[in-house]
Amino acid sequence: MTNQSKTDNKSSLDAVFQDRAILAEKRAAALKKRNRAEKRFQWAGRISIAFGIACVLFLFTDIISKGVGAFTQTYVEMEITFDQERLGLTPQSSEKEIKAASFGSFFKRQLREKYPEITGRKEKRELYALFTSDMPLILRDMVIADPSILGTTQSISMIADDDFDTYYKHSYGRDLAEEDKITRLSEMQEGIVDSLAKSGAVTKKFNTILFSNSDSREPELAGIKGAIVGSILTLLVTLVLSFPIAVATAIYLEEFAPKNKITDFIEVNINNLAAVPSVIFGLLGLAIFINFFGLPRSVPLVGGFVLTLMTLPTIIISSRAAIKAVPPSIREAALGMGASKMQTVLHHVLPLAMPGMLTGTIIGMAQALGETAPLLMIGMVAFIVDTPAGITDPATVLPVQIFLWSDSPERAFVEKTSAAIMVLLTFLICMNSFAVWLRKRLERRW
Amino acid sequence: MFRLEFRLEFRLEVWIGIACFSNVDIQSAASEYSVVGKLSKGKMNLSTLLLIILAGSAVAYFLGYTRSQQIAKPIGGVRNLAALPTYYASMMSLWALIPALIVLFLWSVLDGSIITSLVKSSLPAEAKQLSDENLGLVMSQVYNVSQGIGSLDTLGQEYGPAVSRLNSLSSISAKAMPVLTILVLILGAILGLRAVKPTNNARYAVEKVFNITLFVCSSIAIFTTFGIVFSVLFESLNFFQKVPFFDFLFGTHWSPQIAIRADQAGASGSFGVIPLIVGTLLISFIALLIAVPVGLMSAIYLSEYASARVRGIVKPALEVLAGVPTVVYGFFAALTVAPAIRRYGDQLRDWGAENDIGFLANLAVSSESALAAGLVMGVMIIPFVSSLSDDVINAVPQSLRDGSYGLGATQSETIKKVIFPAALPGVVGGVLLAASRAIGETMIVVMAAGLAANLTVNPLDAVTTVTVQIVTLLVGDQEFDSAKTLAAFALGLFLFVITLALNVIALKVVKKYREQYD
Repeated sequence: MTNQSKTDNKSSLDAVFQDRAILAEKRAAALKKRNRAEKRFQWAGRISIAFGIACVLFLFTDIISKGVGAFTQTYVEMEITFDQERLGLTPQSSEKEIKAASFGSFFKRQLREKYPEITGRKEKRELYALFTSDMPLILRDMVIADPSILGTTQSISMIADDDFDTYYKHSYGRDLAEEDKITRLSEMQEGIVDSLAKSGAVTKKFNTILFSNSDSREPELAGIKGAIVGSILTLLVTLVLSFPIAVATAIYLEEFAPKNKITDFIEVNINNLAAVPSVIFGLLGLAIFINFFGLPRSVPLVGGFVLTLMTLPTIIISSRAAIKAVPPSIREAALGMGASKMQTVLHHVLPLAMPGMLTGTIIGMAQALGETAPLLMIGMVAFIVDTPAGITDPATVLPVQIFLWSDSPERAFVEKTSAAIMVLLTFLICMNSFAVWLRKRLERRW
Repeated sequence: MFRLEFRLEFRLEVWIGIACFSNVDIQSAASEYSVVGKLSKGKMNLSTLLLIILAGSAVAYFLGYTRSQQIAKPIGGVRNLAALPTYYASMMSLWALIPALIVLFLWSVLDGSIITSLVKSSLPAEAKQLSDENLGLVMSQVYNVSQGIGSLDTLGQEYGPAVSRLNSLSSISAKAMPVLTILVLILGAILGLRAVKPTNNARYAVEKVFNITLFVCSSIAIFTTFGIVFSVLFESLNFFQKVPFFDFLFGTHWSPQIAIRADQAGASGSFGVIPLIVGTLLISFIALLIAVPVGLMSAIYLSEYASARVRGIVKPALEVLAGVPTVVYGFFAALTVAPAIRRYGDQLRDWGAENDIGFLANLAVSSESALAAGLVMGVMIIPFVSSLSDDVINAVPQSLRDGSYGLGATQSETIKKVIFPAALPGVVGGVLLAASRAIGETMIVVMAAGLAANLTVNPLDAVTTVTVQIVTLLVGDQEFDSAKTLAAFALGLFLFVITLALNVIALKVVKKYREQYD
């Protein structure tokens, strides 16, 4: 009996142990599985982050690799004899006479003389096409600036045409298969470029044209000066309007507004406007400012209005946050000293909230600087060669210039577009880092 | 104090100035050239006048200041005045400024319409019989002649009296406006000076004006919303008079070309919005497919796993994506991503043809595929999703995590089974906001998606979106009476309603299902 029970006991204990062992095994297996799931989950997070960062890096390297070429421009050093007889000019000629002189045929003749072996009509045209079409005008302006060069021979650095430029930068002197060559030059033209390059006449210099010219149909003459000035003017209008209005609104809502339906309605409106697509603001600008008020199209003034309405919610929201961050003790102390509500706000709360407001404003301005869609609606997409002189001159802005150039088929414009993007991104990075710096520097933690 | 006052005045100046600028030319919106010409002329006058008013109010400020010092002397110093001298000074400058600005504003607003109605009375008899539209045309011609653009001979000699009337009236107006404004300025300053009394608390008046200014500024948000709604709604109603509402909403064909001649073939113009909606949703869906998992997982990793140092580096790096202008993404999509997708698609097709895989061999990738635009748009909204999710994940209290760990859950189990459900309403709200962002995004699709309104859900085909059509219909010259232009406003209304609805729903979801932990 006792034996029996002992063995029974033992076997049941065994069974328990066995069960436990199985359970432990199961648990170990489950734990392994759970830990694997944990690892997988962590890796999913890491991969997501890596993907995001890879996108940033890829975007930037892609733009930079495409655009870096546009910061240099190919020039050709060439001796040009300003023959008085051929031009029909003397050093005493008036400006009007110089302007009337035929520099176009003069320039072509100079080129023909350099290459007497080129005789065919098509070949000749190809020869002329190696240089920018504005070359005669540049020569003319040189003569106007200094008529004494007439009759002398000058070494002139001539701006190469964009096809020449692209070929020289990307294909010349590289051992490329025919189909890998990036060129639109004919074989004869390539021969001329090669021989010019071998003689050392071709140089690459920093592209000042990019920053000193406005838009042009010729890629080698197109620059972003007009767009930058247009952007600055538009942003100025935006800043002058949006900063005071946003600060006033934030002060009103945080400090003065009674709790009633109107205040609630204002708040709802601000929050909704922050999420309205920017293109809708363009429709508003078109219908109200241009169609109803009859303001001119394509001007920074209207662009500034539209961008003001667009950036107001951003600045208001961050200004309100800045005012909220000022502790009530400051207000109570000022009120306790007998200051009026307005004095409290203006002398004590506002200065303390100012860094936060400025940060919000800079971020809003950065947003406005990069905005394109609403400006397309109000006609800032026009092809404008002149640099705008005021807020009522037709102008374009940097992002719109990028949009316009990106549509051009020439390869050189791809390069220019990327360069313009690099300039735009530089501005944006500067503005945002300034905002971050300002916040770190001036913002107080209470 | 002075600085503040100055700012206050400046703000007023700017606003009134803008109002003036915008109203100078209401009467002559017909001819753009003359508008520009007149605006630049008007600006000259207005800006000098505004400067004069500004200077006048500054003078009034100093007058008020000295006057208050003067009256304070006999009664024993400034402290016996009811308000500080700066308040008297501010009050005086406001007295000078506000009436003058009101006069200037009213004059600029009413000037044009009054002159126009006066000139209309001296038009020849047959011109008065014209319809409103033609009358407007004639009037703009009269304006042009008086500006020196075009001559009286082409317009007809019988308009001579009208032109000379216009000339005399506008020269009278140009002379009278500054005189009257400056008179009012001086009058206001004198009245203000009389109010500088030791018993009169100037601070009340100044604070009242200040308060009103603040209120007016904050109501701009309301006006903007109304402006959007009315401008879009008004033109849309015009549109729906030409195209039936249900044809617009349920039509499956979109080709907004209007026949110029009645006998022109194939250009009757059809405005069915369904292909645009499908295209928009397709691209947005692809974008969300990228942005939601990546954004959510990075937010979870950064807030739950990453060390403070990693977080400090990675978070700003991801935020860079949010700061890149959309036009840059558009360029990237159109010139890098779309060609790459096309190239890979072609390779895949060739490979499929070699290995006899039927569906691959028939692969056709459009050079403006929805996939390219969607992918890039997804990358753009990653930081948007990630920062919104980050906020809601951080809002889940630590006690929930600790409880879960205490029961033996691993970190990922805690996240999946405790934190994520707790944060779900916020995440859903964030995804809805991201969707509204994607639907309203313009530049990427304008540059990378096509114009052809194909009704398809194949991401390799070219589709077009609502925003693309708005931009294409409105860029360039447009007349406000053609259905083509008005269609853009109807699309705008549609877009506005959709995004607004998404935002409202997102906020509702967040509010309603948010767990209350405190």
